[in-house]
Amino acid sequence: MNHGRTRFVAGFLVIPVALYVIYVIAPYAQAFYIAFTDWRGVNASPRLVGLENFQRLAADNVFWKAIGHNLILLVLMPILTLGIALFFAFLLNAGGRGGTGGIWGSKFYRVVFFFPQVLAVAVVAALFQQVFRPDRSGMLNGPLIALGFEPIGFLSSTGVAFWSILAVLVWQAVGFYVVLFSAGISSIPRDLFEAAAIDGAGGIQLFWRVTLPLLWDTIQVGWVYLGIAALDVFAVVWVMTAEHGGPDHSTTVMAAEIYRTAFQYFKFGYASAMGVVLFFFTIGFATLALRLSRRERIEF
Amino acid sequence: MADAVIPRSRAWAREERRRRLGPLSALTHVALLVWTVLVVVPIVWTFLASVKSEDEIFGDAWSLPASLRFDNWARAWEQAHIGQYMINSIVVVAFGTFGTMLFGSMAAYVLARYRFRGNRAIYLLFVSGLAFPVYLALTPLFFVVQNMGTVPVIGRFIGLNTHGGLVLVYIAYSLPFTVFFLAAFFRTLPGAVAEAAFVDGASHARVFFRIMLPMAKPGIISVTIFNVLGQWNQYQLPLVLLTSDRDKWVLTQGIADISTAAGYDADWSALFAALSMAILPMMIVYTLFQSQIQKGLTAGALK
Repeated sequence: MNHGRTRFVAGFLVIPVALYVIYVIAPYAQAFYIAFTDWRGVNASPRLVGLENFQRLAADNVFWKAIGHNLILLVLMPILTLGIALFFAFLLNAGGRGGTGGIWGSKFYRVVFFFPQVLAVAVVAALFQQVFRPDRSGMLNGPLIALGFEPIGFLSSTGVAFWSILAVLVWQAVGFYVVLFSAGISSIPRDLFEAAAIDGAGGIQLFWRVTLPLLWDTIQVGWVYLGIAALDVFAVVWVMTAEHGGPDHSTTVMAAEIYRTAFQYFKFGYASAMGVVLFFFTIGFATLALRLSRRERIEF
Repeated sequence: MADAVIPRSRAWAREERRRRLGPLSALTHVALLVWTVLVVVPIVWTFLASVKSEDEIFGDAWSLPASLRFDNWARAWEQAHIGQYMINSIVVVAFGTFGTMLFGSMAAYVLARYRFRGNRAIYLLFVSGLAFPVYLALTPLFFVVQNMGTVPVIGRFIGLNTHGGLVLVYIAYSLPFTVFFLAAFFRTLPGAVAEAAFVDGASHARVFFRIMLPMAKPGIISVTIFNVLGQWNQYQLPLVLLTSDRDKWVLTQGIADISTAAGYDADWSALFAALSMAILPMMIVYTLFQSQIQKGLTAGALK
């Protein structure tokens, strides 16, 4: 029995652990080593160069731009997405007062809002590249021009392109959080809303005093998810923008620079150093988010 | 006494609310409809453009097509290889998700229900993968897969530019979430049925496949949906691992390539048709299974 048990445990673990170590753990471990080498793909043996890659990174303006864009996304993407999603979730559930049912048509709205979430980011990016066309054939610029306005260079103007990226990211993410928050709101006991309503609380007060505090846990989870997603933005930038992060690096992000440096310039050492920087941003954010968001949980 | 008062006060409160909410509810629907339009219109516009001629696409954005040109769809399917890419995606996701669920549930089950030395360490090893940015691993991963291609006999099925190689990478990168979620699920299952089976002389493996796995069905379904969509929509990994051989590309790569590499001589109507073809199956599947899909994708966040 016991012998069979050990064999069983080992037998069930050997393939998953082997796959995971070969394809996930080993590459991550190697990346930290490669970051300290001058490996450029052509020379057979990477040479250790200490902190040289990181010193060069510190003076690399494009990478600093990329970091800046990731940080702006890190702040704005969660705020906009969670704000809009909370607003709609609140409307859909009439602040939760309708019990589990929600308002008339709420299921339809939830289904439609959620749909962008099931589309591939690469497909969404290709789609919006067309939506944002600069001339009258663009879905947005067409009507603008017809009404006599100047067309907007959604992707061609350095001042605008980044905000187009943000808009697409929020467009795709909102529905997921509407559904998540709707589930959260409908699990709040109805009595709490009714008690507050009897005490004379209006809709806005109900939102701030009852719904929001009781949803706080779910909002935190959403914040961590979106923060990590903001640091990992790649496909929207790579597929949608001119020059993969342009025009003039105005939309580039860390992931795009890593990919470009490794697989177009074949500077593996330098790209890995960028990856290490991204790694510490991610770990730093996750740690910070968990620290800051630790609050007393309200049981109900 | 109390019983008589509460229903009446509830009914009163409800009435009161309805009165107060009256004019607001119209505004509510206006706000919700605005977002509905924002979601639906770009997609409808794409479908519309997919049956336009080249001239119509470069003309006014909102003009209706003079005739429905479904030959755009045929061209996208054949000449732009969307058909091939879609089949590739289906093959890779089918094997990838099956492997993920098989190996993920095996590991999760053993880690959740058996005590042995190193259990905690292996569990943490898997879960730590949830926080790593994949971009850090891209370069070494490329060379790991390249080296796998030199393994005798099986090498040519799992190296660069092979679907087998991509499937193994998908499985490995899907394991952290799958193990994390399913281990939590297996821990909540009661042990009585399994113990009864052991008393009857069933083997560990038999108990897992015949008793525990069926009991975990709701969790398995959620994670399967999560993995199918995650792997279907993956773009970064195939971009690195299936570089040179276009016949092997998956759908996201194909769409992105038509969109980014396209110059002015590009077949724009075929691009719109290709986009529509990528969106349409998701729309059908989503309409049929929307509540399961919503549950599957939000499952991780609700844990």
